[in-house]
Amino acid sequence: MNTADQYLKTIYVVQDSEDGPASTGSIADSLGVSPASANEMIGKLEERGLAEHEKYKGVTLTDDGIVRARDALQTYCIIERFLANVLAVEDFQAEARELEAVIDDTVAERLDTIIDRQPECPDCFDPESDACACLEIAPEPVEPEQQ
Amino acid sequence: MVAVSVSQRVASDDQLARLLQIGIVLEEVVEARTHRHYQQLDAELDEEVETLLADAAEESADHRERLESLVEGLGVDSVPFGEIESLVDARYGRTRPEDFDDVLYDQLCNEETAYKFYDDLIEAIEDSEATFSIDRGELLATLTTIRDEEAEGVREVTEVMERR
Repeated sequence: MNTADQYLKTIYVVQDSEDGPASTGSIADSLGVSPASANEMIGKLEERGLAEHEKYKGVTLTDDGIVRARDALQTYCIIERFLANVLAVEDFQAEARELEAVIDDTVAERLDTIIDRQPECPDCFDPESDACACLEIAPEPVEPEQQ
Repeated sequence: MVAVSVSQRVASDDQLARLLQIGIVLEEVVEARTHRHYQQLDAELDEEVETLLADAAEESADHRERLESLVEGLGVDSVPFGEIESLVDARYGRTRPEDFDDVLYDQLCNEETAYKFYDDLIEAIEDSEATFSIDRGELLATLTTIRDEEAEGVREVTEVMERR
């Protein structure tokens, strides 16, 4: 996932939790970057028609931005679920945050063929726990489906 | 929401080991799915596709072994093939290709995904100044060889698809 996608995902989640435009400060805090860096990337997202920034109000994703943000959030959920359920990583959130920049969407799609993600993904994402609300932490029992 | 670090570098042994484990899993998925394609379409497979799938499975097994040696050097366990095979089996019903063309397309996705994964990983290692407990030159040489074989795989599958 590239940096722009990480920003889109973050703006989407912040917008959702603030129930309105996402403030630059909250976006910068969530990404652990300076407000200046956040502003620079938000400007780029605006140029690409993915977000709109209104002074003193905050950032709102456009329809195209929302589509990409949801894809990015889905990729993040796949990485988390894969780490938690297949590799049994305890601190899967921290590792997913580290790995998301290096894992491409196409790679996540392949990993998706061996995990049991829910159809409502990524709407089940819970920002408080930084994880899917349906995620079971214990390894999944492996039972082949009836064909 | 917790802060994330916006970086595309491999920063530590642990992170490198995890990425290599993911590489192993990707290879195992290819191997296991290829076996399942065989079972599903056995009667319909012609020699060309059969050879393609056999070569792909063999190559994945070889890549997996090379990645396993690297992971061992980092003091981390591999991911047992049987475990991934069971997961592939468990979800195959939902993700299997419907016909012959789909099998080739699935194979193309396998090769392209693997290529992209290794290419990104090589770049992330090259951009990193971290010191790893395995030899960086050997690590990059192994990953570059594997990536180039994946690129060759993409070419081979594309050629077969174009002929049909």
